[in-house]
Amino acid sequence: MAAVEQIERKTTGKVRPHQTQNEGLVFEKSSPGKRAYKLPPLDVPAVDPAALLGDAHRKTPGLLPELSEIEIIRHFTRLSTWNYAIDLGMYPLGSCTMKYNPRVNEFVSRIEGLAEAHPYRPESLAQGALEIIDLLQKCLIEITGMDTITLQPAAGAQGEFTGILLIRAWHESQGNARRKVLIPDSAHGTNPATAAICGYTVENLKSNADGGIDLAALERQVDEDTAALMLTNPSTLGVFENEIHKIADILHAKGALLYMDGANMNALVGKVRPGDFGVDVMHLNLHKTFSTPHGGGGPGSGPVACKKFLEPFLPTPVLVRAGNAANSPSTESWESANADSAAAGSEPMFRAPSYPGLSSDSVSKAEPEASLGALHWEYDRPQSVGRVRAFYGNTGMFIRALAYILANGPDGLRQTTEDAVLNANYIRKKLEDVYELPYKTPSMHEVVFSDKRQAAKGVKTGDIAKRLIDYGFHPYTVSFPMIVQGALMIEPTESESLEELDLFIEAMRSIAREVEETPELVKTAPHSTRVSRLDEVQAARKPILRWRPPVVEPERG
Amino acid sequence: MRYLPKSQAEREQMLAAIGAKSIDDLFAVIPAEYRLVRDLDVPRQFGESEIVEYFKAAAAKNATDYASFLGAGAYRHYRPVIIDALVQRGEFLTSYTPYQPEITQGTLQAIFEFQTMIAELTGMDVANASMYDGSTGAAEAVLMAMRVTGRQKAVVARTVHPEYREVVHTYLRVRDLTTAEIGYDAETGRVDLKALEAAVTDETAAVLVQSPNFFGTVEGVAAIAEIAHAKGALLIVSIAEAVSLGVVRPPLEADIVSMEAQSFGVALSYGGPFCGVIAAKEKYLRQMPGRLAGQTVDSNGYRGFVLTLSTREQHIRREKATSNICTNQALVALMATIFLTVYGKEGIRELAEHNLAKADYAAKTLSAQAGAKLLFSGAPRFHEFVLKTDEAPAAWSQRLLDEKIVGGVELSRWYPELKNATLWCATEVVTRAQIDAAAKVLAARLVEA
Repeated sequence: MAAVEQIERKTTGKVRPHQTQNEGLVFEKSSPGKRAYKLPPLDVPAVDPAALLGDAHRKTPGLLPELSEIEIIRHFTRLSTWNYAIDLGMYPLGSCTMKYNPRVNEFVSRIEGLAEAHPYRPESLAQGALEIIDLLQKCLIEITGMDTITLQPAAGAQGEFTGILLIRAWHESQGNARRKVLIPDSAHGTNPATAAICGYTVENLKSNADGGIDLAALERQVDEDTAALMLTNPSTLGVFENEIHKIADILHAKGALLYMDGANMNALVGKVRPGDFGVDVMHLNLHKTFSTPHGGGGPGSGPVACKKFLEPFLPTPVLVRAGNAANSPSTESWESANADSAAAGSEPMFRAPSYPGLSSDSVSKAEPEASLGALHWEYDRPQSVGRVRAFYGNTGMFIRALAYILANGPDGLRQTTEDAVLNANYIRKKLEDVYELPYKTPSMHEVVFSDKRQAAKGVKTGDIAKRLIDYGFHPYTVSFPMIVQGALMIEPTESESLEELDLFIEAMRSIAREVEETPELVKTAPHSTRVSRLDEVQAARKPILRWRPPVVEPERG
Repeated sequence: MRYLPKSQAEREQMLAAIGAKSIDDLFAVIPAEYRLVRDLDVPRQFGESEIVEYFKAAAAKNATDYASFLGAGAYRHYRPVIIDALVQRGEFLTSYTPYQPEITQGTLQAIFEFQTMIAELTGMDVANASMYDGSTGAAEAVLMAMRVTGRQKAVVARTVHPEYREVVHTYLRVRDLTTAEIGYDAETGRVDLKALEAAVTDETAAVLVQSPNFFGTVEGVAAIAEIAHAKGALLIVSIAEAVSLGVVRPPLEADIVSMEAQSFGVALSYGGPFCGVIAAKEKYLRQMPGRLAGQTVDSNGYRGFVLTLSTREQHIRREKATSNICTNQALVALMATIFLTVYGKEGIRELAEHNLAKADYAAKTLSAQAGAKLLFSGAPRFHEFVLKTDEAPAAWSQRLLDEKIVGGVELSRWYPELKNATLWCATEVVTRAQIDAAAKVLAARLVEA
C-alpha cells in the first residue's frame, strides 16, 4: 500500500515520458521481506548476539532498503542514465583533464591476486604488488625529472598537503619553519586551503598582464619568512610560465622552495620535466594525467615527487629493495623486467636508459632476477613527516596508471601531450572571433575565454555552459580562474577527435549567435534535461541531506 | 597509440588551421634549455595482451590461494558481483564531481542515498559524501571538533588503529596541536576510563576512540561520552569495521562518527582505494569537511539533488575552508551504497551475525590449543580477537604459511608490551575447515629435540 502511495506522490503533476525517468529513492522502492542476497549455510555453531554482546547489541536495525536483485540493477542503471560521462561525449572541464579511461585499466586492477591482496600480508606474498608500485614510482620519477617519490597521498589536495609538509619539515631542519606561503591569484582553491591546514599564512601574488607570475612582485614579496611558492604550471589559464627558471632562482636566493601543482601535467609529459626547470616538489593527479577514472568525484591518487634533499622527510613507509639505498632510482626493476621479457623470448621491456644514474650498459648486463633483493617497506625514518593515510595509498589507482603508461610508451606519452595541446589551440583558433580571449599568451592544453561580449547582452558564462548541455556536451569549467571575469575554461584533452571538436566548436558558435538573437533561450537553458535548473538557494537554506521515512498519520475513526 | 583518435593527416590539417608550421611551434614558449629532446625512459609501448600478461604475472607473485585471518583495518568480505557490473557503467565511471546537477542527477541521488544509509547505520543525523579513508576521516574529525569547540587539544585512545593515530598525529603536529594518548584496560582491552577521566580537561576539544577497537573489542561508548561531555569535549567514534554496525549498537552518544566503509563491498586492493566518511549530529553540520548532496526542486517543482553548503569548501572559501579536500572517493561510496542495498535491513544483520559466529568459533578453537590463550576476553567482541601464544609468532606463522594459511598480525609491531600477541580476524568468508586447519598447525609445536 505504502509503495503505491509513494508512486502516486512522485508523479503528481506532469508525468514523465517513461518510468526510467521517474526512478524514486532506493528507500521508496523498498518493501519488507524482499531479498537480494543469500548467505551460505553457517558452518560453525550459531551464536546468540544478545548474549555475546550484552549492552553493545544492536536492537534497532538501520532503515536500509529491502529490494530484489533485478530492482537494484534497474535502480542504479536508471540513475546512471541521468549522468553525462566521458564515454558519452566531450567533457571539456578545464583543470580536470577528462580524458578517456581505458578499460584495460579496469580489467587489470581486478585481477584476483591484485584486487584481493591484503595490505598486511607478509611482504614475501606481496612482491607482485610491490613491483608494480616500484615500476610506477620509477616511471613517474622519470616523467617528472625529480629524484624520488611517494605514492601515499589519496588525491591531489592530499598531495599538496604532503608536499607542503615536506617543505615545512625541511625548513624546520634548517632551524625555522617560516611563516608564509605565496600563492598566485590564479591558483586552485585547494592551494590556499592546503597552506592554511599546514599552519601557513597565505599571501596572494598578483598575476601580471599576461596572467603569469609578476617577477618584480615576486622579488618584492619573497623574503626570509617565505616557505614556498605554490605554482601551477602551465597556469590555470593554460599558459606556460616561460620565466620559470627565474622564478625558481628568486625563491632559492631567499631560501624559499618552489612547489608545483601538477594538475596540468597533461600539457608537459614527454616534452619538458618540472625537475629540470627548478621545481623542488610537486604532486601529480593520477586521475587527471594518467587516465584513472574520475568516478563521479573520486577516488583519485596524488603522488608527490621531490628532489633528493627532501627525501628524508617522505611519509612512512618508503619502498626499498633489499641491499639498495632507500628509494633511490635503481636499474633493478628494469633489469628484472628485461630478464623476464628475454626469458619469454619477447622484445625487451625497456630501451637503453639514457639519463644519469641509469647507464646504458646496465641493460645488457642484466642479471638474472634471482640476484635481486626483495622489495620491502621501510618504516624507520626518523625525519619523516609521518603518515598521511593508512596503508600505502590508492594501490588500485597505481595499477591503472601503470597500465596507461605501458599502453602509451615514451612515444605515446609524447604524442598524447602534443594532441592535447593541439586540440586546445584548435578550439582557441576557431572560437577567438566570437568569444573574448582575455590573455593572448600562447595556450598549452587548455584555453580560457571570457563572457565579456555575451555579458553585454545579459548572458553569463554559467548560462552558456547550461546551453552547451542542450547541444550534447558537458560544460567547460565555469567562472574559474578567478582572475578572469566570467571565465570559460576549456580543456579538451587528447581524447577528442577532429569530428567531436568541430561539433563542439559549432555548438559554441551557435550559442554565440543565440546570445545575439534569442538570449532568453540561453538564459533559461538547459531545455533538454530530465530536470531543469535546480534551486541551490533552497538546498542550502534548509538542508535536506538524507531521506527520512514518511510520518505515518494516525488512522482516523 | 590506440587511445588517440586522430590520423596524421588530421593533425596536419589542424596545424594548418591554427597557422602553425609544426607541433613544435605550439611548444615554442617553453625555454629551449628545458625542452626534452629525447624519449622518456619508460617501458616501450605494450600491446593490450602484453599489459594483461604483465599484471597477471605480477598478480601471480602475490600468492592468491591462501586462507587468511588478516583484518586490522582492512576486511575481506564477499563482494556481490553486481557491484562491479554497476560501477563499471561508463556513466558512473567516467563522470566527475557533479558540479552541473542537471546532467549528474544519477551521481547526486546515489550520494544522497549513501548519506542516508550511513546516517541510519551510525545513528547520526547527517553524513557527508565521503572522505579518503578511515584514517584521514579521523584526523579531519578531530580538526572539525576543534573548530566546533574552539579548543586545541585532543585525547586519543591507544586502542584506535595505530596507523589512524599516526595520521591524526601528522595532521595535528604540523599546526602545533597536541594529542594525549590514553591506554587500555589489561583485562578488557578497552579504554582505561580512569586514565581518560584524568586526561580530559576543559581544554580538550575531542576524545577519539574506535569501536570495535583495534583489538576487536567493543568500547563502552556511553561511559566514554559521559567523561568527554562532562568537560565540554566532543566524542569522536572511529569505526574501522563498518559491517559491525549490523549487530553492534551504533555509537549514539558520539558527536561525530568517522567510519571506514571498505567492508561494504570494496576490494582490499593492497590497502586502497577505500572509503572514509564522516557523520555527525546536525548541529555540527556547518563545520563538516567534504561534499554534501542535498535535496531541492527544479524550476518545474520536481525533486532533484545538488551539491550544497559549498561555502564550507576550498573552491569557495580557499584558505578559510573547513578542509582542503576536493576529490573524494565517490565511486567507492557508490560501491558501498550498492552493497548496502543488496544486503538491506535484514541482510546486514544476518551478515554481521555470521561474522560474529565465525570469530567466536575461531577464538574458542584457537585459544583451546596448548600454549595459546585469548587476551581481552572480558569484553564483547565483533570478529577480531587477540591470541597470546607461548611460542613466538614468527615460528608458528611460518608453519601456517607452509600450509597456505596467513595467520594473525603480530601486535608487538605497534604495542611493544604485547609480546607474542597476534590479532586475528574471521569474517564470513573464513571456513570452519580453515579455522580447524590453523588450530592444528598452532598445536603442532616443533618436535622437541
